[in-house]
Amino acid sequence: MTDGFFGPYGGRFVPETLIPALEELQAGWRQAQDDPAFWEELDSLGREYAGRPTPLTLAQRFSPGRRIYLKREDLLHTGAHKLNNALGQAVLARRLGKRRIVAETGAGQHGVATATVCARFGLECVVYMGEEDMRRQRPNVERMRLLGAEVRPVDFGTRTLKEATSEAIRDWITNVETTHYLIGSCVGPSPYPEIVRDLQAVIGREAREQVLAAQGRLPDAVVACVGGGSNAIGIFYGFLADEDVRLVGVEAAGAASLGVGRTGVLHGARSSLLADEDGQILDARSISAGLDYPGVGPEHAFLRDSGRAEYVTANDEEALAAFQRLAETEGIIPALEPAHALARAAELEAEVIVVCLSGRGDKDLDEALGYLHGL
Amino acid sequence: MACDDRTQGEARKALCIYLMAGPEAPALAEAAVEGGADLVEIGFPFSDPLADGPVIRRAAERALRDGMRTTACLECLAETRRRVRVPLVPMTYASLLEAYGYEQFERDARAAGATSLIVADLPADERPDLRRVQLVAPTSTDERILLAAERTDGWLYLVTLTGTTGPRQTLSPQLAGLVERARRLTDVPLYAGFGIATPDQARAAAELADGVVVGSRALEVAEEGPAALRRYVASLRAALDAAG
Repeated sequence: MTDGFFGPYGGRFVPETLIPALEELQAGWRQAQDDPAFWEELDSLGREYAGRPTPLTLAQRFSPGRRIYLKREDLLHTGAHKLNNALGQAVLARRLGKRRIVAETGAGQHGVATATVCARFGLECVVYMGEEDMRRQRPNVERMRLLGAEVRPVDFGTRTLKEATSEAIRDWITNVETTHYLIGSCVGPSPYPEIVRDLQAVIGREAREQVLAAQGRLPDAVVACVGGGSNAIGIFYGFLADEDVRLVGVEAAGAASLGVGRTGVLHGARSSLLADEDGQILDARSISAGLDYPGVGPEHAFLRDSGRAEYVTANDEEALAAFQRLAETEGIIPALEPAHALARAAELEAEVIVVCLSGRGDKDLDEALGYLHGL
Repeated sequence: MACDDRTQGEARKALCIYLMAGPEAPALAEAAVEGGADLVEIGFPFSDPLADGPVIRRAAERALRDGMRTTACLECLAETRRRVRVPLVPMTYASLLEAYGYEQFERDARAAGATSLIVADLPADERPDLRRVQLVAPTSTDERILLAAERTDGWLYLVTLTGTTGPRQTLSPQLAGLVERARRLTDVPLYAGFGIATPDQARAAAELADGVVVGSRALEVAEEGPAALRRYVASLRAALDAAG
C-alpha cells in the first residue's frame, strides 16, 4: 500500500481542513518508521511499562483434544491490546509537537489506554464516548477520569462508538493545529489504518515466535474478533505471508460489516459498512460495546475480497457461553469482544489454533452477569 | 471591483443560502430568492455528517426520519427547479454517491436542475472526474488551493475557519489570510462560508470575498416559515449590497 488504498478500500474521505494534517501525520510517520530510535523507545516502553512480551497460554481444558493457544493481550497494562497503539501514537504525537490528544472510545478500553499514555507523557486528553457506552462500561469511565482525562458524553444518534468517533473527528477539525487524533482502531482516513496496523503488528510477531517455540510448527489457524479490527490485523500480520495459516476474523452477528456490509464511506475511509441502499449508515448491535460499530478497517475488506482472510460471526449468546466457559475451565475472564473469537475457535476444524485474547473481562462483569442470570 | 452599484451585476456580491432537502424546501427556496439569494444549496442529508455542527446535523437527522433519501432529494431538487431560476447546488457526502454511483448521481442531479455539486468529504484529489465546487480551508497549502481552483466548477468555496458548520460570535479572523492567498493563486470567484450568520458578519465577509454562504442560521430561521426566511435573507442582501 503506497497511495492510502488497499485495493478499492481506504483513502481520505474527509473535509479539506484535515488533509494537510493527514499529510503531516503521514510524513511524521514515515520518519518515525525509518528511525531506529522510535522503535527502540517503543520496545523499551513495551517491556518496562506495558508488560511485553505477553505470554502465549495453552488452553487445555477449554478445548480438550486440540491445542488452542491464547495470545494474552489481556495481561497487557490497562487490560487490552489497545495500549500498543496508544503508546505508539503518543510517541508519534510528541514527535509532531502536538500536546493535546482527542480520542473516541466504545468499550472504554481505547479511552483508558489513551488516558494512560497521556498521563504518562503529560499530554492533555479528551475522550468522546457515547452515553449508552458510558452506562455499559461505567468502570472504564471512572478509570479515565482518575487518569486525568476529560470524558465528553455524546448524547445523539446511536449514543455509541459511531457517534463518539464522529465527534472526535469534529473536535480534531476544530483544533487541528494543536491536536493529535489518537484513533483507536485500524479505521479512519489514510494513514491511520496503516499506522494502527504497524503498531499492533507486535502481537502477531510475538505470537508467531511463541507458537513456533511451543509447537515447533505454525498454527493451522489464527482467530481474532473484529470490530474496527485492530487486534485482528495486528495478529494476522504476523502470519500473512504464511499461506497455509488460515486467518479467521469473528464479527458480532449484529455488527457484521464484512459479512453483510456493502461498500460505503464512513469516518474518512471507503470500506465495507452496515449501510442501506442509499449509503446511510445503519446501527450496529452487539452485547459487546467494542464490536458495536457499523464499519471496519479497509484492509480487512481487502483481505476478505482477496480471500486471504475469512470472516464469520458469533452472536451474543455464543459469546456469553464462551466467556463463561473460559472463566470456568482456564481461570481467565475474557472481555466479551474476544469471547466472540473463542466461540468460533472452539468449533474450528483445526489442530493448532492461536486465538487473540485481546482484553480482559473485568469491564464486562455487570453486563455479562446480567445476561447470564437472565438467560 | 470598486463599484458598489447593485444594478451592475458584476459587482454584486453573491448570496448563497443553504436549505435542507424536504417537503418545505421548494417554498423556502422561493422565499430565499425573493429575499435576494443568488444561489441555493440543497442539503442531501447523510447519517454521519463530519463537516457539520449541531444545527445541520440535527436537520439531517430529521430529514432522514422524514424519508429524505437520495431519490426523494432529487425530486425535491426538481420541484425547487420548477419554482426558482437561480443556480441550485446539492451539498452532500461521499457515501451517498458511493451508493448511487458517482456518474449516475451527477447525471440525475443535473437532469433535476442542479447547476453543480458540493461533496463535503471528497477532497480535490479524490474523483477528479466529478465536476463540483471544491472547498479550501485556512489549513490548505498553496499547492492545494491551486489544485482546488483548477478543478472547481465555477467558484471556490472558502471554509472561513478550522471547524464545523454553525454560527459563531464573530467572523473568523482566518478568512482574510485565506482570501489573500487564494487571490494570489487564482482568478475564480471566492465565496466564503461556515460561521457566517448575521448581516454584519455577511458584510464583513463580503468585503473580502466575492460571495457568502449562510447555512445553519438560515435553517434555524427557515423553521419559522418562508416569510421569516424571506425577511432574514433580505437583511443579508442589504448588508452585502452595502459591502464595498
